[in-house]
Amino acid sequence: MTERSERPPLGELERLARLVRWHVLNTVAQSKAGHIGGPLSMTDLLVALYFSELSIDPARPDDPDRDRFVLSKGHSAIGLYSVLALRGYFPVDELSSFDHGDSRLQGHPDMRLTPGVDVSSGSLGQGLSAGVGIALGARARQQPFHTWVVLGDGELQEGMVWEAVNSAKRFGLSNLTAIVDLNGLQQYGWAAEAGRDRFDRSEPWGHADLPMIFRGHGWNVIEIDGHSFEEIFGAFDRVREAASAGLGPSVIVARTEKGHGISFTRGTYKWHNGVADDAQLALARAELLTEPEPVAEAALLTEGDRS
Amino acid sequence: MKAQRDVWGETLVEVARTDETVMVVDGDLANSTKADLFAAAYPDRFVEVGIAEQNMVGIAFGLSTLGYRPWLSTFGVFLTHRALDPIRMLVSQTGAPVRLAGAYSGLLNGSSGKTHQDIEDLAIMRAMPNLTVIAPADEVEAAAVVRWACEHDGPVYVRLARDAVAPVLPEDYEFELGRVVQLRPGGPIALVSTGVQSSRVMQAAALLEADGVDVRVVHVPTIKPLDECSLLDALEGCSQVITVEEHSVIGGLGGLVAETLTTHGLALPVTRLGLADSWSESGPNGFLLEKYGLSPEQVAVRVVASLLVGLPTRAG
Ligand SMILES: Cc1ncc(C[n+]2csc(CCOP(=O)(O)OP(=O)(O)O)c2C)c(N)n1
Ligand SMILES: [Mg+2]
Repeated sequence: MTERSERPPLGELERLARLVRWHVLNTVAQSKAGHIGGPLSMTDLLVALYFSELSIDPARPDDPDRDRFVLSKGHSAIGLYSVLALRGYFPVDELSSFDHGDSRLQGHPDMRLTPGVDVSSGSLGQGLSAGVGIALGARARQQPFHTWVVLGDGELQEGMVWEAVNSAKRFGLSNLTAIVDLNGLQQYGWAAEAGRDRFDRSEPWGHADLPMIFRGHGWNVIEIDGHSFEEIFGAFDRVREAASAGLGPSVIVARTEKGHGISFTRGTYKWHNGVADDAQLALARAELLTEPEPVAEAALLTEGDRS
Repeated sequence: MKAQRDVWGETLVEVARTDETVMVVDGDLANSTKADLFAAAYPDRFVEVGIAEQNMVGIAFGLSTLGYRPWLSTFGVFLTHRALDPIRMLVSQTGAPVRLAGAYSGLLNGSSGKTHQDIEDLAIMRAMPNLTVIAPADEVEAAAVVRWACEHDGPVYVRLARDAVAPVLPEDYEFELGRVVQLRPGGPIALVSTGVQSSRVMQAAALLEADGVDVRVVHVPTIKPLDECSLLDALEGCSQVITVEEHSVIGGLGGLVAETLTTHGLALPVTRLGLADSWSESGPNGFLLEKYGLSPEQVAVRVVASLLVGLPTRAG
């Protein structure tokens, strides 16, 4: 997290987010397997990070001073890959190799294969510990970068996450921020209970006060709508303030919708993973890609293709 | 005689003098594992994580991405069992240079009993791709292995013992990854051992000699990657192999030796001595070694028995 120019116009970010969502649905459909709901719920957060907040250079993915990003909910890899491709880490065309044999784009993120992937993930619950270690190492090395970790709300059921939550505060890691993609659903979970759930299954943290739990661990807690770029950037600003004031780790509890942005995938656990058929692809294309400014979209694609 | 844990702590303090990448990440056991020596010498490079072994592994991995080569300090059992999944994904699958020091390995852990005894670590860790697995015999080899691991650019699991054993290697011993060490020449019966059990096997060989049974002793420090040719050379002319390990008879050294021999078409009978697919219990070292057949006397008795009974493969 270093000096950064003005935030990009919201319209541009929204268009990018729609493009990412299209690549998620379409790539998974072509590969005939993959996750949808989790990638779509975190899309706006990742677009905001990669196209505005993170101090990174796609041409130098190993820059020692870059901000680090850990996708702890590794099953949402295709969402990260789509963002990385559009940001220029590798050609957008390469997305079509997702999940295929001999591909750099594995089903779950592999830091040894994919440019821009800082930490391997896939077994849920491990990313925050890795983030704590990175942030500790950054402090020991006096490197000023910031470390970001995105976690799922179901993932927070893993005990290892809470080991890391506890450590981050003990070590006073102001250079670490967690983002919880609070999309209200996991893969299967529990049957819905009237009045306590947002969608068609029980909300993972519907029975508990998650922000209060983080506060109890001494974290700075920022609660936002994870689909509003204004609120996301407001949260990033508060993270910066807390970081420069040395207030310890921050968590952005981002209330999101699983499967957000596509009419038939939103708000249901049934699209945790799934393969869209031709009619669904056509519908999603109409919802996501009918742009008033096709020129800008083409420009974005070219930018991604470069590299 | 010095315990391997003391050697580990002291050697790290020494190496860290010139190697700034050495760090120690502890799970609230530094005063058992002897990481406290390091903590006192380099408080800035010592990370106390507390009783959270999975988290320890994740943190050590994170540190490794910044160029550090951290050592983990906890009982082996809590690494190879409690923290196995993070070891698998963040260390083994990434090849990160994280050093796993499995302290208090095997049966002898200060009477803590089966919850703390690690008799499956070799089987588990050697099944992990990318991981180097080493079980040094004594204080001399422990020091050499710790130094070697500090240099190695990849993950290492080192099996260390709590209590001292009689040294079996000369002061000027040089550890060579993969190579087995012929500790004692002898006839067609070979005792093959690993870790500190090799010291007890040497004593068993002396007892057997007194009874007129001449055995050779081969120590296998590197469980992975094994230099297979060096093992085959050491077993040249053997008619029977008896493996002895402070570990389950399933999947550890016995498995490794049997796999290696059959791979090379050597139909030597292999008798595997160790924990016979059962849990152990609390008790003083002498009691446990005696009851579970790993003391020098019991090894000698079992060797003679296996010679008298003949070959289990044919009897079976
Ligand atoms: C340790 C572990 N257990 C189980 C799984 C299988 N799994 C993959 S995604 C998932 C649900 C995750 O839910 P959540 O964290 O809420 O993610 P999101 O809703 O964002 O998809 C499960 C159980 C896994 N990858 N890792
Ligand atoms: Mg969820």
